[in-house]
Amino acid sequence: MEKQSIEQLQKICTQLRRDVLRMVHAVQSGHPGAPLGCAEFFVALYFDQLRHNPDFKMNGKGEDLFFLSNGHLSAGWYSVLSRSGYFPVAELKTFRKLNSRLQGHPATHEHLPGIRVASGSLGQGLSVAIGVAQAKKIDKDDHLVYVLMGDGELQEGQVWEAAMYAAHHKVDNLIATVDYNGQQIDGPTDKIMDLMNLKAKWEAFGWEVNEIKEGNDMKSVIAGLEKAKSLAGKGKPVLNLLYTEMGFGVDFMVGTHKWHGSPPNDEQLAKALGQLEETLGDY
Amino acid sequence: MSLDLKFTYTEKKDTRSGFGDGFLEAGRKNPNVVGLCADLIGSLKMGDFQKEFPDRFFQTGIAEANMIGISAGLAIGGKIPFAGTFANFATGRVYDQIRQSVAYSDKNVKICASHAGLTLGEDGATHQILEDLGMMKMLPHMTVINPCDYNQTKAATLAIAEYEGPVYLRFGRPSWPIFTPADQKFEIGKAWKMIDGKDVTIFATGHLVWEAVVAEAMLREEGIYAEVINIHTIKPLDLEAILGSVKKTGCAVSAEEHQVNGGLGDSIAQTLSRNYPAPLEYVGVNDSFGESGTPTQLLEKYGLNAENIVKAAKRALARK
Ligand SMILES: Cc1ncc(C[n+]2csc(CCOP(=O)(O)OP(=O)(O)O)c2C)c(N)n1
Ligand SMILES: [Mg+2]
Repeated sequence: MEKQSIEQLQKICTQLRRDVLRMVHAVQSGHPGAPLGCAEFFVALYFDQLRHNPDFKMNGKGEDLFFLSNGHLSAGWYSVLSRSGYFPVAELKTFRKLNSRLQGHPATHEHLPGIRVASGSLGQGLSVAIGVAQAKKIDKDDHLVYVLMGDGELQEGQVWEAAMYAAHHKVDNLIATVDYNGQQIDGPTDKIMDLMNLKAKWEAFGWEVNEIKEGNDMKSVIAGLEKAKSLAGKGKPVLNLLYTEMGFGVDFMVGTHKWHGSPPNDEQLAKALGQLEETLGDY
Repeated sequence: MSLDLKFTYTEKKDTRSGFGDGFLEAGRKNPNVVGLCADLIGSLKMGDFQKEFPDRFFQTGIAEANMIGISAGLAIGGKIPFAGTFANFATGRVYDQIRQSVAYSDKNVKICASHAGLTLGEDGATHQILEDLGMMKMLPHMTVINPCDYNQTKAATLAIAEYEGPVYLRFGRPSWPIFTPADQKFEIGKAWKMIDGKDVTIFATGHLVWEAVVAEAMLREEGIYAEVINIHTIKPLDLEAILGSVKKTGCAVSAEEHQVNGGLGDSIAQTLSRNYPAPLEYVGVNDSFGESGTPTQLLEKYGLNAENIVKAAKRALARK
């Protein structure tokens, strides 16, 4: 894929945000908040960073792979997958409906291109990503494995079992990212179960930590992901702490857990879309 | 089409609200009742209790295994913990924690599981657990309860607070007819014969009790008289009620929002084959995962609605 300018990438982000909002609105269910906050990450990854092939192969040999551990961001992932050629954009309208490949949470048995393992039950994706990264090492395939997790998701014990394992086994072809939006379902993470010093925690587990402070600024996200790549291959797994705002891009949704799992009504959708230009054509 | 239903409703509500309201009342009655939840307080309707008894309520964050262990500890200390999360994360995710720290150790922990089954809807198969009754009923010491509507769920919640021992209480997300009385007394382990019949018995649990009530009226229009028995307690199973009814009707249907493998139907089959072999047809999910869709669409697609109970009843009758 030829490199796109920052402006072009930003336009794709706006379209992704429109897609997400229209998808969850159409079925009146799903999770808009975090995908809005991760739009820059998704677009930077799929349109700039990944060496990938939309002619999907399950084993992903010879490609960079991405795993979504926080499966409730499905609307954002489906949008970026379709917009980067994995399946027809028109299929976004089947999201969460009966007989769709676009399940509420990502699933493989409907064979949606781009999905390699189901997610939705939190805390499991990092382990899977580590396994894939190790398979690549065995095969001497020098491509990278990426995985995204939520910050609330880090409260699951399995994440830390995986963290310990990855450092111990020097899985340095792995770039994990935490969507550090400070929110989860019941409220802000520091009120629900304080994550305290995440940077120190991951460092103590033996990871190289890369902070991306402006997670909703395309230039910073790309620079941050470039930095992460440069840290890979040096004996340690790499963790991006990606500072984002839940609901970013829509003034009345930003910065609150209220939109974690609530769809907008007709009026709210119209208002939100009014703030997001239709750049690539709605599905 | 207007069916002559033996039970009717004027209001619909989710069974999880029955749990939430019962939990609050149990907390008012007994200061030893405490609550825990893993970042789903709103979904589980545990917020009123948390507000009224903040010192007796613990947010665990998204950490279900830890929640089960803490609950076992609270039970050792004489508390009656109600630990709430989605049914998938309340069972499959934490099976060994429940097995060792709760069931084997016989701790007075109430595992409160919402959003069970297909009627969870659009979230899809990752969240739609259809194996939980099986997993939980296999555990020695465990009592397994799956009430049918708001009122019965509320009554069950109050009853388990008074019962000493590990309990799995299963309820759901969708708005559902309230067709059982508000003032009912809930007796753990005692099946409730809701409708008398002579031709076939329908044993139903959870949301499908309502579908069984509808199916009974549909069958009656065709001159088939079905007995409807509400099996709110899957374990211990009311053997007497089951055998008494099948000895009268000679055949049966089981109906549950769960896999056929390992569900209520399996328990009934075991009872019949040991004591009184008779034709039994199963309404349940046949060895597949669910998917996204509305509750009504999913009950239809996976063969769990009243029409399917009617068909199963006819199959059972034909085998008599
Ligand atoms: C094991 C498990 N427990 C609970 C849930 C329910 N749940 C879905 S999203 C969520 C909050 C996740 O928080 P975070 O990872 O910060 O994601 P964000 O809210 O930022 O999107 C919870 C508790 C789940 N999906 N999986
Ligand atoms: Mg978060």
